Amino acid sequence: MAAPILEVDALSMRFGGLKAVDEVSFTAHAGDITAVIGPNGAGKTTVFNCITGFYRPTSGRLRLHRDGRATELQKLQGHDIARAGIARTFQNIRLFPGMTALENLLVAQHRPLMRASGFAIGAILGLSGYPAAERAAIARATRWLEATGLIERADDPAGALPYGQQRRLEIARAMCTSPLLLCLDEPAAGLNPRESVDLARLLRAIRDGEAAEGEPPCSLLLIEHDMGVVMGISDRVVVLDHGKKIADGTPAEVRADPRVIAAYLGEGDEDEVPAEAAP
Amino acid sequence: MAYALQQLINGVALGMIYGLIAVGYTMVYGIIGMINFAHGDIFMVGAFVALITIVLLLSGGIMEGPGAIMLVLLVSMCVTALYGWTVERVAYRPLRGSFRLAPLISAIGMSIVLQNYVQVAQGARVKPLEPIVPGGFTVMTEGTFVVQVSWMQLVIVLVTLAVLAVFTWLVTRTALGRSMRACEQDRRMAQLLGINTDRVISITFVIGAALASVAGMMYLLRYGVIDFYIGFLAGVKAFTAAVLGGIGSLPGAVLGGLLIGLIETFWSAYFSVAYKDVATFAILAIVLIFMPTGLLGRAEVEKV
Amino acid sequence: MKGLDPQAALKDMLLAGLVALGLFAPLVGLRTDVSPTGALFIRTRWTDVAIIVGLVMAGRLAMHIFLARREARAAMADLSKPGRFATQAAFLARILGPVLLGVALLLPAIPGIGRYELDLGILVLTYIMLGWGLNIVVGLAGLLDLGYVAFYAVGAYSYALLAQYFGFSFWLCLPLAGILAAFWGILLGFPVLRLRGDYLAIVTLAFGEIIRIVLLNWVSLTGGSNGISGIPRPSFFGLPFSMEGGPGTFAGFFGIEPSPVHRVIFLYYLILALAMLTNWVSIRIRKQPLGRAWEAMREDEIACRSLGINIRNTKLSAFMIGAMFGGFAGAFFATRQGFISPESFTFIESAIILAIVVLGGLGSQIGVAIAAIVMIGGFELFRDLEEWRMLVFGAAMVLIMVWRPRGLVGSRQPTVVLRERRRIGSEHVAEGRG
Repeated sequence: MAAPILEVDALSMRFGGLKAVDEVSFTAHAGDITAVIGPNGAGKTTVFNCITGFYRPTSGRLRLHRDGRATELQKLQGHDIARAGIARTFQNIRLFPGMTALENLLVAQHRPLMRASGFAIGAILGLSGYPAAERAAIARATRWLEATGLIERADDPAGALPYGQQRRLEIARAMCTSPLLLCLDEPAAGLNPRESVDLARLLRAIRDGEAAEGEPPCSLLLIEHDMGVVMGISDRVVVLDHGKKIADGTPAEVRADPRVIAAYLGEGDEDEVPAEAAP
Repeated sequence: MAYALQQLINGVALGMIYGLIAVGYTMVYGIIGMINFAHGDIFMVGAFVALITIVLLLSGGIMEGPGAIMLVLLVSMCVTALYGWTVERVAYRPLRGSFRLAPLISAIGMSIVLQNYVQVAQGARVKPLEPIVPGGFTVMTEGTFVVQVSWMQLVIVLVTLAVLAVFTWLVTRTALGRSMRACEQDRRMAQLLGINTDRVISITFVIGAALASVAGMMYLLRYGVIDFYIGFLAGVKAFTAAVLGGIGSLPGAVLGGLLIGLIETFWSAYFSVAYKDVATFAILAIVLIFMPTGLLGRAEVEKV
Repeated sequence: MKGLDPQAALKDMLLAGLVALGLFAPLVGLRTDVSPTGALFIRTRWTDVAIIVGLVMAGRLAMHIFLARREARAAMADLSKPGRFATQAAFLARILGPVLLGVALLLPAIPGIGRYELDLGILVLTYIMLGWGLNIVVGLAGLLDLGYVAFYAVGAYSYALLAQYFGFSFWLCLPLAGILAAFWGILLGFPVLRLRGDYLAIVTLAFGEIIRIVLLNWVSLTGGSNGISGIPRPSFFGLPFSMEGGPGTFAGFFGIEPSPVHRVIFLYYLILALAMLTNWVSIRIRKQPLGRAWEAMREDEIACRSLGINIRNTKLSAFMIGAMFGGFAGAFFATRQGFISPESFTFIESAIILAIVVLGGLGSQIGVAIAAIVMIGGFELFRDLEEWRMLVFGAAMVLIMVWRPRGLVGSRQPTVVLRERRRIGSEHVAEGRG
């Protein structure tokens, strides 16, 4: 088994009296696509927001492993989590709508560019190697635009792109931060079947480091409702229900788990019956 | 002790005036999410209308008794409400659904217009008015210090409470109030449910202006001098009060007004008159830094 | 709806007249005046009311006719296509920039331009510079600042006090004023980092007022409402402008007749240089990661955070750099006037600068310049109107906003282009919630 990249250890999150997440532990392994699924209100988004630093967990630990060293994510501020190597997308897309697709991808490369620009002062005066750094950043952005099929829209404002393209742009933007772990919040929501298939292909390519030239492989963690996508591409599936983990394993194992079936059927939401979504 | 009690009385009376203006700010903000910068000047217009009516009644020799005060109040409320309605119609309605800063600039422009219009129409000189309700009664004496409540302060507190009671009833118990609260929660949904949102917004401005005119009249009777410029500072303070109390919250506006009135009076009494506004603004800044949505405001949770 | 419905228009006109009567009869018709005895009396002016009401009714009718005709024309040919004006404005903006700069550079040499025109030019350029400075905070970073004038005041008082107490020269004080204002920018920026939108607006307004009130009341340092006078005027790199002439003065060094216009011309070029510096830095920074981070923060703060951008530092840098240019402009103001008092730094100044930024179009350099020329120049044109002038000024603010809510130049120019430069329509550009 591959090395762990993210260890979630006894994570709990309380909102007032409500325990949204209760002692959840699981591990995402390097080179895997790990999916967190569960019925509505299971606490998926809360787990996700804890990992990506938008909530501070009530208790528990989140360890990110990088080159043999572990970073305790729960101790970091929001932007430092991104710097530690976690990139994310949002359920209701959060692009910079008034900026072009290319600009969106350059903002994602803010840190290396900022350093190259001598924290703005050098670059204003025309010193330093900023132009070269910017050329490199544009080249990288271009590769990602090609990888996501958006190269034709590079100079269009992100807000003017159709929904499916915005989703892909958001993934490209997250990847431009050079993450170790890419976290996707319902990436297939609102996509048509063809777009879902394309998305699955893109995510697998990202995992294997084949999406864009020169990009290393990247592990993925995703929350998803669309069972077709989840079962098709995930290497490992974690199932939550009522804030607790009820199953953890390969898609096939999870699909056969009676507790999982009960959780989904119990909710009475037919769209989410795994059996139906399975091919 | 006695000195502090006197300051408390003065502070409450002043705070009531701020609270009345703040309600107008908070209501408009609650419904259309904009700072109605011209609201302070609406207050000033209300004071002027009251002044004109009083002078008119005085020259007719019928400025006597509570009836006359009620009449002045009524005239002032009606005319000022018309101003509030017109301002919304001319400067804000065309910008509905537009970008946030456009109505703000339009409102600042409207504030300049109202100030200078009153200056042109009524002259730049300060208008002094003889006390209409002189005298008062003594609450207690401590040594040589006499704690006084003037009749005027009593009138201010009573009228404010009465107006607020009527207003609270209007917002919580009537169909109109329900429509207003619906618009506040979700304007588009309210529209889909058949509420005439334009009308509700107009009525909000009308009520806000009427309340401001009450404040204007109280200010006039309490201080006895007004000019075209009083709206700015009173407006800023009242807005501060609304923000302090948590903008969008009606009890918050009154609470904020009272707090600002008290802070100002006590600071002037015990420290320095010159820096009373600094104290007000500093406390506003401090409160907001620790409670970014004010004292009674709902926390704004951004979903991710 | 085709054409004018005479009955409805008439009804509406009468209604407007009625409203106007209700508005103007009390406040215009009944003028309160103070009699020599100190009591108030009323003077009636019913003719004025009649004239105003008549004008309102006529105006309302004219509007109806105009709207009906436009509707009829729009029905025939679809003229009201959105964006037509925007493309025109974009084209104009491209050629207008160099043209305006050329005019500005040659202004003192144009025949017929005297001292008065140059003084007006200096005033307009000061506001352009302030507008560009505030544009960094409001237009790029999306932080609504209603107290910008505070930094202008800090700059002005820094120079005045440093010159008064330590005898520092203008050229030494100019950077110091900028640094001090930037420092205040950070200091005032810190507490408001968490505030959003209107809360930020009111706290910045409060800070502006606090600084003004302190300047007003700290009499031992600032002279209170009497202000500071006798602030040294600038020299031409060490050569003073003196009417005596002779060696060691500007006129003497260059061997020309001493003239008071020399100093005005020098001040004019000084503020032009300062304004162009502001412009140049703004344009450069916009194409840098820092400027992109500002704009991204305006578009979506949460997304910025998820990309590892430190919101605190990014916000503070915007406050700092915006404040710095305010400080430069303040130092210039002090040396130009030779006298400063808190009266020059009231809220209305902040409001005017903000209005220039919004009217010009958030984030647009040329738009801000045009708005400053229109607003400040227009204000000066109407100086014969005296007390009506501010009334017209305020009404113009309302009308321009109603006419173009997104400002004169609402579109956004991308900072980097892969293949083809396209302007971004204002409907996509956010204006920030901070």
